[in-house]
Amino acid sequence: MGERDKGATLRVNVASILFEYTGGESALEARGKTVLEVLADLDRRHPGLKFRIVDEQDALRPHIKVFIDGKMVRKLGASVAKARELHILQALSGG
Amino acid sequence: MTPKKKAKKSKGSKTAVQLRGTLGLLIGTAKGGFLLKAKGGRSRWELLGPFHLGAKTNDLRLDPRDGKTLLACSTGGHLGPTIYRSKNAGKTWTEAKRSPRFDKLNSRSPRGKRARASRGNSVSTNFWLEPGHATEKGVWYCGTSPQGLFRSSDGGDSWSGVNGWNHNPMWSRWINVGVDGTPDGPVLHSIQIDPRDPKHMTVSCSSGGTFESLDRGKSWTPLNSGVAADFLPSANVGYGHDPHCMIMHPADPDRWYQQNHCGIYSMDRKVGTDWQRIGRRMPKRVGDVGFPIVPHPTDPDTVWVFPMDGSMIWPRTSPSGSPAIYCTHDGGKHWERQDKGLPKSNGYLTVLRQCMTGDSDPKKTGLYFGTTSGEIWASIDAGKSWKQIAAHLPRVYSVRVARFR
Repeated sequence: MGERDKGATLRVNVASILFEYTGGESALEARGKTVLEVLADLDRRHPGLKFRIVDEQDALRPHIKVFIDGKMVRKLGASVAKARELHILQALSGG
Repeated sequence: MTPKKKAKKSKGSKTAVQLRGTLGLLIGTAKGGFLLKAKGGRSRWELLGPFHLGAKTNDLRLDPRDGKTLLACSTGGHLGPTIYRSKNAGKTWTEAKRSPRFDKLNSRSPRGKRARASRGNSVSTNFWLEPGHATEKGVWYCGTSPQGLFRSSDGGDSWSGVNGWNHNPMWSRWINVGVDGTPDGPVLHSIQIDPRDPKHMTVSCSSGGTFESLDRGKSWTPLNSGVAADFLPSANVGYGHDPHCMIMHPADPDRWYQQNHCGIYSMDRKVGTDWQRIGRRMPKRVGDVGFPIVPHPTDPDTVWVFPMDGSMIWPRTSPSGSPAIYCTHDGGKHWERQDKGLPKSNGYLTVLRQCMTGDSDPKKTGLYFGTTSGEIWASIDAGKSWKQIAAHLPRVYSVRVARFR
């Protein structure tokens, strides 16, 4: 699969726990080369969202899971250049 | 692209809350905040809420300087910690623009573990909220887990670290970094501001002890002399102790009391810096271990405690399943048991450190406590008799008196 065109957005699906930031929307769009950049882009349009899922040391919080095209990643530096969509979900723990 | 205006998030109660001029109890629980509104001279209570249902609310406080601003420490289960504010007594809420967070560890940070102090850590819980001095409107302090101290000067909307504490080269040694504290992590709590002097404050830490600052947090001195530390090889150490709750008595801010993991203590700061174990005069079968300690509004010799079983296996429930409050009116020389209305048996209650409080009535002082089993109890006769005023709540993390204006 080739890389997404430069400037193209990535579909980001978020869990309902983040709806207070997205106005109830579960399907968002964002730009970035890595997971962290995508989250920073989301945060510009949905202020406060990033810090609830990524801590101040830029580490993914323990009860949050991120999937790139269905594959789970923990490193926020993971590339999304060839990705079609990202999922941000809550883990089964954390209740 | 112009950034969207920060969304207003409203998780207040749907009920229009008429609170002006009323007394309330702000309840922080494992699944949100609640408010018990006093009616009929504190003889009846109306439960309002929840605020932020589902969010662990470690502390929920009213700003006494305006009587209507509320701050709530919130951790959303899966989500990281934040702080919510209401400027209208809980009708609507917004999230803080910048909640407490430790500084990044990067190439500019000092080298060496001690010099780095708290840099590189991540706040897991905003634990204790404290309004600043009466003359410093808009100032708040927040204690966190790990044991960080943060300050806001804009009414809780943005927070920055008190670097005299968070970046102190002694930080990692004072708090015994890496040592487990409470099940929710080691915490900084009992932030006390001297009502006579906004620069004079104390904080206490699990696995750390009590510390004093005379310069608004720029520098700190451990004050733990005389306090036992049965869990350490030697008690004769300057820090590493485990205060559960420490207070500057409002009637005399030089009179300090603490309920410690290892007993009940008092200090007269005018005289010196040694703690005296006043809990030795508690009945031996009850002991002097517990979490909260509550001062009388006007009598510096009167405090209340809620003992817990700190015997061999430390269940932290009421000793022998028979809950009681103990009160002293003479600075700890004598203790009086108060249990009328509480279960006589099979009452295995646990009351956490922020879960017992008192109101400002000097003659018929109202006392209130909440349990980990979701009950709220009240006395309106200074502990002589007790009544359950709420039940079936989630695990209670904090109970605070609020006088709305």
